[in-house]
Amino acid sequence: MSHFRKTGLAALSFALLLGASAVSAKTLVYCSEGSPENFTPALNTTGTSFDAARPVYNQLVEFERGSTKVVPALAESWTTSPDGLEITFKLRKGVKWHSVTGFKPTRDMNADDVLFSFERQSKADHPYAKISGGKYDYFADMGMTKLLKSLVKKDDYTIVMTLSEPNAPILANLAMDFASIHSAEYAEALLKSGKPEQFDQVPVGTGPFSFITYQKDAVIRFKANKEFWGEKALIDDLVYAITPDPTARYSKLKANECQFAAYPRPADLAEMQKDPSLKVISQSGLNIAYWAFNVTKKPFDDKRVRQAMNMAIDKAAIMRDVYLGAGTAAINFIPPTLWSYNTTVKDYPYDPAKAQALLKEAGVTAPLDIDLWYMPVQRPYNPNAKRIAEMMQADLAKIGVNAKLVTYEWGEYRKRAQQGEPTTVQLGWTGDNGDPDNFFFLRGCAAARPGGQNISKWCNEEFDSRLKKAATLTDPKERTKLYEEMQAIMKEDAPDMTIAHSIVFEVMRKEVEGYKQSPLGGHKFIGVDIK
Amino acid sequence: MLRFLLKRLALTIPTFVALMFVTFVAIRMVPGDPVEVRTGERGISPERLAQFRHELGLDQPVWKQFADYAWGLLHGDFGTSVVTNERVLTEFLQLFPATLELAFFAMVFAILIGIPAGVMAALKRGSVFDQTLMGLSLTGFSMPIFWWGLLLIMLVSERLGWTPVSGRIDLIKFYFEPVTGFMLIDALLSDQAGAFKSAFHHLMLPMIVLGTVPLATLARMTRSSMLEVLSEDYVRTAYAKGLSPFRVIGLHALRNALIPVVTIIGLQVGSLMAGAVLTETIFSWPGVGKWLIESIGRRDYPALQGGILLISSIVIVVNLTVDMLYGFINPRIRHGQ
Repeated sequence: MSHFRKTGLAALSFALLLGASAVSAKTLVYCSEGSPENFTPALNTTGTSFDAARPVYNQLVEFERGSTKVVPALAESWTTSPDGLEITFKLRKGVKWHSVTGFKPTRDMNADDVLFSFERQSKADHPYAKISGGKYDYFADMGMTKLLKSLVKKDDYTIVMTLSEPNAPILANLAMDFASIHSAEYAEALLKSGKPEQFDQVPVGTGPFSFITYQKDAVIRFKANKEFWGEKALIDDLVYAITPDPTARYSKLKANECQFAAYPRPADLAEMQKDPSLKVISQSGLNIAYWAFNVTKKPFDDKRVRQAMNMAIDKAAIMRDVYLGAGTAAINFIPPTLWSYNTTVKDYPYDPAKAQALLKEAGVTAPLDIDLWYMPVQRPYNPNAKRIAEMMQADLAKIGVNAKLVTYEWGEYRKRAQQGEPTTVQLGWTGDNGDPDNFFFLRGCAAARPGGQNISKWCNEEFDSRLKKAATLTDPKERTKLYEEMQAIMKEDAPDMTIAHSIVFEVMRKEVEGYKQSPLGGHKFIGVDIK
Repeated sequence: MLRFLLKRLALTIPTFVALMFVTFVAIRMVPGDPVEVRTGERGISPERLAQFRHELGLDQPVWKQFADYAWGLLHGDFGTSVVTNERVLTEFLQLFPATLELAFFAMVFAILIGIPAGVMAALKRGSVFDQTLMGLSLTGFSMPIFWWGLLLIMLVSERLGWTPVSGRIDLIKFYFEPVTGFMLIDALLSDQAGAFKSAFHHLMLPMIVLGTVPLATLARMTRSSMLEVLSEDYVRTAYAKGLSPFRVIGLHALRNALIPVVTIIGLQVGSLMAGAVLTETIFSWPGVGKWLIESIGRRDYPALQGGILLISSIVIVVNLTVDMLYGFINPRIRHGQ
């Protein structure tokens, strides 16, 4: 073929390619609910910030799309020592880092990046430890500070993690956003150029989308990473349109200004479900709303009183009038979607007469004065704690219990609840990693200390011994058996009244296909297409 | 005139100091703590809480915190956001052009419609037009911005499809990096066909929503001021001299009637800033109003203190400018009578 013809063909192909990309470029606009604090998940605690950074990063292991099952990611395999103290990760080869303005990676992901990502959070003298405020809340809260004894690079693609004690949930922890793997090379380059704070504002990762730009409080843009090691994105461009007002998000969805909207209002759901241009999906959230009884305060040290409170409340009315169908009545402390859920445990019936009889048996004379604390804010598991408290107050009045409603500013509320100040208190929990231990530790003896997260201050030896043992076992069947027993113990001893697990709804345009809802609540757009 | 300016400038100093003190105290009276508010259900250990509070200077006595804050301000340091860790001034300057653009066009909208409407109402005093206008202006003045904005979105954007719902530009069709922060200007600079039109289209509803209350106020003020001026002897004299209605009303009456109206325009800047908070939230307009609302929820003390102080400074400067303009319009003030 002549040179002229080759050039002509090449030019024609290029033109066709350009034209083709311009015509077929698929952009998904996600109407998000808020602005991220930065793009380093290790520094964040909010779902908004995690969602904003998630397209860019991977972890050593990850949750399979739409589930809490842990699968290989940047680590393609791992082995655990027989004593459970050492985990050896074999890293995936050929994983490319993104490029951003001013940085082009010269090497693939390797063990140095894993070391950097964890040492930044664990070592106070790390060059990046204090950058951007240096608060690594999740690393501390998941117990990694005590658990992670050492992290050693054996070779460029082998990392050995040594734990201070065997811990079954550790792999689930490593799939969480805070454990995202960052580029050590990028970090070093920025440190040399005197701009380390850019590290957390302009992210470089290995994920299915690379970061393009963030216009503060307005828009975040990502581009599909053509060199991604895993399942390639089906869309070309991903745009987060920051839209704080839920009504505006709904309007934008209807107008096709965005194709996916975060956190629809429960009151809009009925209309959304009728709209032929929209699609609503849902699943039970990995959460629990509960009413805890402080067992260190009389008369709640008596199991019969706690059981009586369970029977005095009309839970069905709460589900109908407060959750508006966006919740399921909770029987156990963990939701039914979580493995080891015990289906044989029965809930207390709504039986005010029996409740009154139990109180009498326990020697409680009417009227009994208690305080009933309720959250001042909406939470994912509880849309209106005040309304629930008012309904409970009315129910309790029928059995001779006077409940005084109390609340504080949210941070103050939680702090006082953890100090053990209330007699009875509403709170809840959203699961972090899909492991039952992540729920049950809230009722362990270690958390029952003043300031601990066990706000019922309940310490039951039978429960606690099983909790500790289950955390050290690796066989899911053995762990399941223990967790099932624990659920039965909890129900019988009733340190709480389990109220509900909220149902999480997602709404999108009908043209959006392939989205899988994560039980953990975050949004992930890999595998999503627009028809 | 110079003496007048210097006198007014001298007055701004105690105003500024008072503002510093009031914002500092008011923010700290809101219950909650910047560290605790981040932690949700999981809480934070007492040791880490103490460490973070120490890093943010919150464990210092209040007077020391104020002294450090004031000292920083004197050096042009408005502090660092406890949430994003960015300089407050940097964040403010990134977001302020969006607010300025919205406020500017809201005011232009209010002036272009409010003043002529007020003049017409005064000229047709007692007519159906006058009464309708006054009724509409009362309604506009009384309407909550939030409700008005959502109503317009439902009617104009959703039902009629005349305008986009929110945002500053069509995010699918247009992408360019901001140069000035003013979307209309940046759209022109981008040279992308249709970008300017899209940006203006997105500006229309928020501009109308934010401009409604100033429009109502200006219409009423202009009407009232015109009625007063039209009854003056010199106006009657001007007509008697045979001057055309256009010259009498447009050149003589209106100029004098505008004196109190200009003052009102200056005062409206403050209410525009307040209105911008709600408007920006509804229309996802990334300005300082939305930023301040979020900072309250996050207890971001430096952002709140710095942001409120900066906005207040702008309002003070605008009112100072209005006072100078006042002197220009009214020769009696200019010549010190």
